[in-house]
Amino acid sequence: MILEGTALVIPQDDVDTDVLYPGPYLNIVEPEQMKSYLFEGLDPSLRSQLRPDTILVVGRNFGCGSSREHVPLAIKAWGIRCLVGKSFARIFYRNCMNLGLLAITCPAAVEVAHTGSHLRIDTEAGTVDVDGQPFPIPRIPPFLVDLLAAGGLEAWARRRLSEPEPGRARDQGDKAR
Amino acid sequence: MPHTLVEKILLAHTEVPDLAPGDLVMVRCDLVMANDVSGPVAFRAMERMGAKRVFDPARVVMVADHFTPAKDALSAALQKTLQEWCTAQGVTYYGQGRGGIEHTLLCEEGWVTPGAVIAGGDSHTCTYGALGAFGTGLGSTDIAFCLAFGEFWQAVPATIRVIFEGERRPYVTGKDLILAVIAHIGVAGGTNHVLEFIGPGAEALSVDERLAVANMAVEAGAETGLFPADDRTAAYLASRARWPWKAERSDPDAQFAQTVRIALDDLPPLVAAPHSPGNVRPIEEVRGVRVDQVYIGNCANGTLTDLRQAAEVLRGRRVHPRVRMIVVPATYTIYRQALREGLIETFLEAGAVVSPPTCGACFGGHMGVLASGERAVTTTNRNFRGRMGAPDAEVYLSNAWVAAAAAVAGEIVHPADVLSEARA
Repeated sequence: MILEGTALVIPQDDVDTDVLYPGPYLNIVEPEQMKSYLFEGLDPSLRSQLRPDTILVVGRNFGCGSSREHVPLAIKAWGIRCLVGKSFARIFYRNCMNLGLLAITCPAAVEVAHTGSHLRIDTEAGTVDVDGQPFPIPRIPPFLVDLLAAGGLEAWARRRLSEPEPGRARDQGDKAR
Repeated sequence: MPHTLVEKILLAHTEVPDLAPGDLVMVRCDLVMANDVSGPVAFRAMERMGAKRVFDPARVVMVADHFTPAKDALSAALQKTLQEWCTAQGVTYYGQGRGGIEHTLLCEEGWVTPGAVIAGGDSHTCTYGALGAFGTGLGSTDIAFCLAFGEFWQAVPATIRVIFEGERRPYVTGKDLILAVIAHIGVAGGTNHVLEFIGPGAEALSVDERLAVANMAVEAGAETGLFPADDRTAAYLASRARWPWKAERSDPDAQFAQTVRIALDDLPPLVAAPHSPGNVRPIEEVRGVRVDQVYIGNCANGTLTDLRQAAEVLRGRRVHPRVRMIVVPATYTIYRQALREGLIETFLEAGAVVSPPTCGACFGGHMGVLASGERAVTTTNRNFRGRMGAPDAEVYLSNAWVAAAAAVAGEIVHPADVLSEARA
């Protein structure tokens, strides 16, 4: 998978999902409506800096706290396809990958990137280029590569339901617990 | 091959012959839980996956707790969706007035047993570690997959062993122990790990206090916080467990990523100052900080133990005239028991509001959010910027003794200072 885009840097560490999408708006279920509240508790002006090719460049432990999927749903609804961070909180990372939103851990790339930097991510080569300067990224486990290739967990699940693998013990309808 | 407790639990829920930290495996769930916020988003994802029915209706529970009672029409619609979906799927639904805050409730109702794997659409699902279960928080798409297939993908976590040594001093509770752990390893120190709590100080904790400890494992980034099941666990579960269970422990020669020792003998009550659960201070350092609101409740510290501690401080005393106090029993069972014990009467006489069980203001949803410039002392688990209301409001996290004492004094004080004063 190759992705190119323009960096929007959120430099702080430990940015929690409460500031990324505050609690009062958790009664919304439509991603299009969630868009209006992304970054609301952090810096609402970030929304006006989002472009169709934006890649969010973030600090350490990004997305910590609440499991609210409203954050990556809103990010995805803005058309963003990728985040590069120093590190991600576990549930946020899962939520991104499940939505087909690529979250890449690469502290060295985050150090040199600034808002407006050109980023090129090549998951097969295992690199992030920041304005032409390459940085290695950790290998993505085969399952997650498969998940991303399918477009996320929903599509991966649809595939599993339509092509039941013989011998799989726990497909839909199987009660042999 | 020797295994940690979490490795044993996960191994019993996978098809693989063996596993080690870092392995990516499919893990079967014994229980899937979601609420009025995560549930409706998950139902839509499940529908798009093409799954019509849940994998096993007996192993799915939904709880309306975040916006209950509904704050507006949108929130009311979430509960309506939850209730209708549960009826259609034939799964257990705890609606308004019939349950309470999900994590305290599911433990109380016997859904959580040692060795179980529980997927919850809420980050504080780690609370179930208190009973030796791998309870872990997941987002709505993960929950949709769990509802459809009864499993989720999971990288096997390494274990940070936390040994609580020595004996606690008065007014030091489970809350202080977990704040000490977070201060030690940091708010991301537990990422891709589980915490395992052992040692005499862990064994001495009641189940209520273990809930408070395990609840904040995620505030250190951990996937869950496990207490190996013991006699206290067995006594708690004797009248409630819905399934048979067996106590497991880490093998003595298992590999731990890290061992953290917390000495309890000299540990004072602790407070997490704004705006991070990792910003932990001994109470003496924050003494005198003026308070506008005190909030006792939530999935960490709305237990009967917390309510008894708060009532002990408030009995015969009044909430400071400048301070608003809110008490949120975590479940209706706790609420009724508090009523029988006279605790509710004590709170009302002192001038506190007693709220129905709800996540309420803990996540800034409703029922007591803070105005700009206000400051609260709460027994909740997060004090992120804006978490409980206005972006510049401040939240100090503490145990129930400290919170109740702050309500009386109008500022943060050592609970012993208030308790040594004569009652009215």
